[in-house]
Formats: sequence, structure tokens, C-alpha cells
Amino acid sequence: MASHAIEIKSLYKIFGPRGADYIDQVKSGLSKTELNAKYGHVLGLQDINISMPAGGVMVVMGLSGSGKSTLIRHINRLIEPTSGEVLYDGVDVCRMNDRDLREFRRHKTAMVFQKFALLPHRTVVENTVYGLEIQGVPAAESEKRARYWIERVGLTGFENHYPNQLSGGMQQRVGLARALTNDAEILLMDEAYSALDPLIRVDMQTVLLDLQKELKKTVVFITHDLDEALRLGDKIAILRDGGVVQQGTGQEIVLHPADDYITAFVKEVNRGRVINVETIMKPLAGNPEGMPVAKGTVLEAAARAMTAAGQSTAHVLDEASRPVGTVSLDTIIAAMVTPTGHGAETQQAA
Amino acid sequence: MALCDSLPALLCKFPALSDATIRAGRKTIDDGFRGFVRSYGTIIDAVVQPLQVFLNFIERLFVTSPWPIILVAMLVIVYLGSRSVKVTIGTAVAMYFIGLFGLWNDAMVTLAITTVCTIVAVVLGIPIGILMARFDRVQAVVNPTLDVMQTMPSFVYLIPVVMIFGIGKVPGMIAVVIYAVPPMIRLTNLGIRLVDKEVLEAADAFGSSGWQKLKNVQIPLALPTIMAGINQTIMMSLAMVVVASMVGVGGLGKNVLGAINNQFFTVGFLNGFALVAIAIIFDRTSQAFGKRLQKHSEVVHG
Ligand SMILES: Nc1ncnc2c1ncn2[C@@H]1O[C@H](COP(=O)(O)OP(=O)(O)OP(=O)(O)O)[C@@H](O)[C@H]1O
Ligand SMILES: [Mg+2]
Repeated sequence: MASHAIEIKSLYKIFGPRGADYIDQVKSGLSKTELNAKYGHVLGLQDINISMPAGGVMVVMGLSGSGKSTLIRHINRLIEPTSGEVLYDGVDVCRMNDRDLREFRRHKTAMVFQKFALLPHRTVVENTVYGLEIQGVPAAESEKRARYWIERVGLTGFENHYPNQLSGGMQQRVGLARALTNDAEILLMDEAYSALDPLIRVDMQTVLLDLQKELKKTVVFITHDLDEALRLGDKIAILRDGGVVQQGTGQEIVLHPADDYITAFVKEVNRGRVINVETIMKPLAGNPEGMPVAKGTVLEAAARAMTAAGQSTAHVLDEASRPVGTVSLDTIIAAMVTPTGHGAETQQAA
Repeated sequence: MALCDSLPALLCKFPALSDATIRAGRKTIDDGFRGFVRSYGTIIDAVVQPLQVFLNFIERLFVTSPWPIILVAMLVIVYLGSRSVKVTIGTAVAMYFIGLFGLWNDAMVTLAITTVCTIVAVVLGIPIGILMARFDRVQAVVNPTLDVMQTMPSFVYLIPVVMIFGIGKVPGMIAVVIYAVPPMIRLTNLGIRLVDKEVLEAADAFGSSGWQKLKNVQIPLALPTIMAGINQTIMMSLAMVVVASMVGVGGLGKNVLGAINNQFFTVGFLNGFALVAIAIIFDRTSQAFGKRLQKHSEVVHG
């Protein structure tokens, strides 16, 4: 199953009865606060341009109210945009007629909701099969697939419980199982892990990463947790007040935060797990020294390997196993504890 | 009044239309209506014919079946609905006394018409309620109509019903249904409108069609409210069968009407209590059933 990229092009959303009337003013610079004060409309999204990698995980981050849920709901058009395009496979989701949209939602997308949104009158199994039932998959087949995912999210034994008999974290995993059972190309996950305890959360991250290795779905994943974002995201976009402040790989964002907002965001991150050795290596001068480490190894893993081997220098190998640079344990540790990028000096002083 | 003496006549006596004008207008409308009934009488009869047949069938079923069968059937239904031994025993005792005082047959007639009226009200009310929930425009039209139906004194709409259908069981039944259907419609509408937006959104996200949403989400989640509507409809039908006895519906209501006319204190109260007993049986059973439906709908977590 080949997944496709999702392209979002100059997407705007203004909440309110006459949103379309103010779009021109917003495009020419009316701010969210002004729009609300003057016209009582809420600017949900402004000028969003994101190209989400096919078969990869796109993480969307941002503070509460920054428009993450609004953005993800545009991808399956649970919210109508005020202007702009959402392209999947070259087709604008926002222009689909009702029938095409229904087919698109049935077969191409699955969604996990921030507030779970389970059907309270249905048991765990009955909730999990919902998507397949809507598609018209025979009951026996859908139940088999549902049970597989219920087991995978660790809810075996609760198949016949009702949502109100489960804890919040368990309900969230039902929502997750319901989406995964659908086996869709696009997986939309709105804070799908926020109600989970740390252990189960890491477990569910692993489930998603394993799934990605096999099936390469196009995942849109919303989270507040930067470590989670860095672990899962092939690409990260950070929103503020409905606009994209910065987008790029985790490393790019951690190393070169675009402004103070992002700097504040990435301050607490475990840099050793984000930065790769080639980012800090010195060009090779003379013969390769010490042990080899592969390009793409994160600093923490490299340091661990070097300490274990009792080496203080290592050389970096590229994809073709040619030595391309050299790192020392000192530089690795220095890079792990030194914030770089925007406002780095002030942080160091603090 | 003293004040009126010093004021122009126009301010003291409301400038009503002249008696002659009103009389002429009234006559035109009444004659027109009568003419309408006369020319469409056969069509109207044909339309209500199936109702008549259905009603007669149910009534005969209730009245002519041996009482032990009816009693056992009632107890089984009450138990299945309420899952309460207390309510079931209460039903048995109430029916025993109704039989003891010689009111069994009348009670059966009343039960029959209440059953039919409730079925008709549910069959009409639920689809109208669904349409109302779906389209705001339908709601804007239906709501004031229901207000009129509920506040208009029931005796008033007996007049056109009798003019159209004459005296008999079916006109009585129609009067009862008009009176009893509004809560059914209103609560169906309310129940569907109260369904959690998030759950509906999830149904949408998985690509549910309108019908799938209705069947899988809206109706099941509205069911407890709809049950409350059915409960009220039953109560109102029972209250109305007394009034409907004025146009020829038999049963307990007719006895009450007779008792009023003849000042039979004991007969009046006996029949009244029999109606109360039946009302309580219906109420407890349908409420307990509604509660059971609701068991999983409350959101505890999240
Ligand atoms: N239906 C709506 N009508 C009006 N304003 C809305 C509506 N939905 C969202 N908003 C506004 O849009 C903005 C973004 O909301 P959104 O739910 O997307 O935030 P979020 O980033 O998901 O926040 P959180 O992390 O708390 O979930 C908020 O200012 C919110 O008030
Ligand atoms: Mg949100």
C-alpha cells in the first residue's frame, strides 16, 4: 500500500457566522486579537502551508488554543476551511462532493480524538469495529481485526466492557484501537497519547513506530510533549495563534530554533537523543582514529558505545562505510549540554 | 365606571367587529367545513378504515381473551420491562382488585385503546421528531403547532374531529392521539439534539452516512429521552380517554363520565382509581425500562 503525501496550501480558517467576509483583512495582516476585538470572530488558522511526508509521521505542536485540533480536522474536513486547499493524492479534499468525501473518510482516513469520542452504548469490541462496520466489512472479519488491535493496545479482557467502565487512559486506547483497526492510509491522531501514563505511552509510541516500519502510513500526530515529538516525528511543525512558526526535522528545530517561542519550547529537550554525530563532527584530518560510528547515530548512543568500548575518539562512517569525520567524547558531551541556536547565550548565562 | 363617563366611547368599549359580520364569517367557515366533510366523507372513511379495523382487533383481543391469559401476559411484560418483583406484584394486586369490583372488561377496553393510541403516537411522533432534529425549519413550524395542540382545551378539538368522523371509537382515538403525541415528538427531537457533538464528529470521521449516523448513534443515544416521551404519551393517553368517552369511547372513562352525570360518588372513584392503577403500572414499567437503557450512556471518565 503506497501512501501519499498531504499538501496543505495557504489554509485559513475564521470561526464565526461571517468568517469569509474578513478573510481579505486577515490576509493583509489583521491579527487574531484584532479580529476578535473588532468583529467577534476567532482566527483558527492563518496561512498554513505544510507538506506532510508520504509514509512518514508529521508532528504538530503548539500551546493550548494554537489551532492544532482545528488543523487536523481540516484534513478529513470535519471543519470546512474559510479558504485554501488540502491536497491528498492531487485531489483537494475541500472540493470533494458528499459522496467522495464519505468514501475518502471511510477508506483513506482514521482518527483518534483528543476527547476519545467513543460510542457510550457500545462495548469496547463494538466501538473498535465501528469503522469497518461503516465500510460494510462482514462482522466476523471485522471482529477478528478488532480483537487483534485490542490485544495490541493492551486491553485484552475488556472487550465486553462499556466505555464508562474504563479509565481515561483505557478509553484513549480504545480510540486508538478503533482507528488502527480501520487500516487506513492516513492516521490522524489528536493528542492520542495525552491521557496515557508514561509506561503505556512509550509502549504505544513503539506500537506506532513498529507500524510505520511495516505499513508506512501517513500519520499526523498532535502532541504537547517534545520528547515524544522528536521520537516519532519525521517532520515537526510548531503552531502559534493559528500560524506555523517553524517546521522541519526535529534536529533542525532543536539546533536552530526560529525565535524565542520555539527556544522556550525546545529548552528542556534531551539533546543527546536528537542531535546526530555528523552534526558536530570535525572533518577528517589524516587517518580515521578510534572506533567507528555510523552516520545518523544520536549523540547519546554514540557516547554510550564509546564509553563501553573505553574509547575517547571515534570516526563517523557514511552510508557507504567511508570515514567522513571525527568526534571526541568531549565534543559529544559539550554538545549534549550546550543549548545552541536562538538565545543560546542568555540560556548559558542563566 | 366613573372613568368611562368622561372618555370617548371608543376607549371604553373595545371596537369589536359587528355581530353581523362575525355571524356571517362564522357561518361561511362552518358551512365550508361541513361542505368539505360532506364531499370528502367517503375518502375520509376509507382512510380511517384501517385504524378502525386495528382498534377493533386489539379491543376484541383484550376483551375476549380469558382473563388468566391476559393477566399472565401483563405480568410477564411488566416484569421484563421493569425487572422489579415489587412492581410485578403491585400489578397483580391492582388487576385483582379491578377484576373484583367488576371492572375487568372496562379496564380491558381502556387498555386496548391506550395501547393503540400509544402505538399510533409513537409511529407518528418519532419520524416527526427526527425530521425536526434534522431540519431547523421543520422545528420552526412544528414547535408552535405543538404548542397549540397542547394548550388548546381538548374539548375544542373534539368539535372538528366529531364533525369529520362522527361519534365513535376512531374519532375518540384521534382526539387522544392529538393530545398525546406532542411529548413524543418533542422528546425525540430533544434527545437527538442533545447527542454529544464529539461522538457525532467521530461517526462523521469514519464516513458514516446520514442514515448510519441516525441508526448507530443518534437513535441509540436518544433512546432514554425517547422512552421518557413514550412514558408521557401513555400517561396523557390515559388522561384523555376520559374526555374521549364524550365522543363514544368506552371503558373506564365512560363509567367516569356516567358517574359525573348521575352523581355516583362510589362508581366515579372506583373507576378513577382503576385508571390510576393502570397509569402507575405503565409508568413504573416504562420508566424502569428507560433507566436500564441509560445505564451505559452516562460519561463517567474523561
Ligand atoms: N467551533 C469553534 N468556534 C469558535 N472558535 C473555535 C472553534 N473551535 C476552535 N475555536 C478556536 O480556535 C482556536 C484553536 O482551537 P483548537 O481546538 O484547534 O486548539 P488546540 O491547539 O487543539 O488546543 P488544545 O491543545 O487545548 O487542544 C482557539 O482559539 C479556539 O477558541
Ligand atoms: Mg486540541
